[in-house]
Amino acid sequence: MDWNVISKSIPLYWDAMLLTLKIGWIGVALATLIGLVSAVVIHFRIPVLSVIFKIYIEIFRNTPLLIQLFFLYFALPKIGIKISAEVCGWLGLGLLGGSYMSEAFRSGIEAIDIVQRESALSLGMTDFQVMIHVILPQALSYSTPAFVANIIFLLKETSVFSAISLMDLMFRAKDLIGLYYNTAEYLVLLVVFYLIILLPVSILGTVLERRLRYASFGT
Amino acid sequence: MANTLLKIEHLTKSYDGNVILKDFNLSVRKGEVIVIIGPSGCGKSTLLRCINGLEPIQSGVIKLDDEIIDSKSKTITKLRQRVGMVFQSYDLFPHKTVLQNIILAPTLVQKRDKKEAAAEAEQLLDKVGLSDKKDSYPRQLSGGQKQRVAIVRALCMHPEVMLFDEVTAALDPEMVREVLDTMLELARQGSTMLIVTHEMEFAKAVSDRVIFLDNGEIIEEGAPQTFFNHPKTERAQKFLHTFEFEHIK
Ligand SMILES: Nc1ncnc2c1ncn2[C@@H]1O[C@H](COP(=O)(O)OP(=O)(O)OP(=O)(O)O)[C@@H](O)[C@H]1O
Ligand SMILES: [Mg+2]
Repeated sequence: MDWNVISKSIPLYWDAMLLTLKIGWIGVALATLIGLVSAVVIHFRIPVLSVIFKIYIEIFRNTPLLIQLFFLYFALPKIGIKISAEVCGWLGLGLLGGSYMSEAFRSGIEAIDIVQRESALSLGMTDFQVMIHVILPQALSYSTPAFVANIIFLLKETSVFSAISLMDLMFRAKDLIGLYYNTAEYLVLLVVFYLIILLPVSILGTVLERRLRYASFGT
Repeated sequence: MANTLLKIEHLTKSYDGNVILKDFNLSVRKGEVIVIIGPSGCGKSTLLRCINGLEPIQSGVIKLDDEIIDSKSKTITKLRQRVGMVFQSYDLFPHKTVLQNIILAPTLVQKRDKKEAAAEAEQLLDKVGLSDKKDSYPRQLSGGQKQRVAIVRALCMHPEVMLFDEVTAALDPEMVREVLDTMLELARQGSTMLIVTHEMEFAKAVSDRVIFLDNGEIIEEGAPQTFFNHPKTERAQKFLHTFEFEHIK
């Protein structure tokens, strides 16, 4: 192991990590938003919209991110829609993630006892108020384990971004290996940087799960 | 009658073709306390749920004053504010404290001032002996305490009618009393109430009128003394008999 190589490459990896983080977290935020909205729409069986969301979920859950990215990056320009690689990255991640998040939130919503909804309705709340103030806060704490697992899954999926020539961590590693052949060093760095991205999420997730459970339901 | 508050006329309710309530008629005067009893599955809960607009009905009308209670209408949330309901299963919101449970609807639905609603909530909690629990979470309360909070939560909306669906059925015996006492106190203050219960002694004490329901129909009704001491119909006699233990031995 050549430590010289490693220390020289760290700044390059660092920049790549920042890009990966940026796109990754924008993607996660978008996925969460899409997931919440679609879970609520599907739960209320809102006409037309709920069908559209269901079709969306099936399509995006059952195709690889790589293909979705190719589609956004190479196919859309053919019909006149041109978006930058970066936007393709987080948009693709958000769309893929939204389909997973939707399922996570929906199972949380469905886990809430029907009497919660009925007693809130009997107090004169509208369906929407019941959802926001009674169902979702409880559903989210049920969904937390799946939610955190999805975030980790999505951040890992960022490793395919190099395919649309985004200069993320994977791209950087492949590039350096191709140039200098210090395969071992560059791969170790790749692993370490992915751990830097993911370990905090994993640890925070565990803490959050515990706290949510106590905060929501008292101790 | 001039002071009729709630009027149910020719109500029919069915679940997928299964008729639960048939041509049901009932009028409730303001301040009246009605106890509804009957065997399991006879439609007691269904009746209360219809009155609160939680169930669509197939025919007939339910009127509060002159307003029609229709589960599908846009004004149903307005009407539900005027009808309080407490369920058998504990239905407090587990992610909110006792106080937050109580003031959620008053502030959100009735747009009342938070301080004012909280002050009333504390006053009501005090009346049911739970003022020290206002910052507790529901899971920190006993079953009897939860049900008393649920009653307070409904009362804080100032409903004109209160519906109670076997609110003590899931409680340990020693906690039943504290909840029943709360309801007796409400009756004394002149609240209009419809109470489904299996507590016969309580029914006798609290009610102005007893309704015996079987198969979704009123089989017999009357003043509690008359009904419990001299039930006229055979079905009511048989039903009441199931609560007696003297003949065993
Ligand atoms: N959501 C539903 N779908 C189909 N059938 C239902 C539904 N809810 C209740 N029923 C049926 O309606 C009938 C009346 O039920 P209801 O809950 O009103 O009875 P009840 O008098 O309250 O009984 P209990 O004393 O056991 O609470 C029962 O036969 C029940 O199986
Ligand atoms: Mg019932």
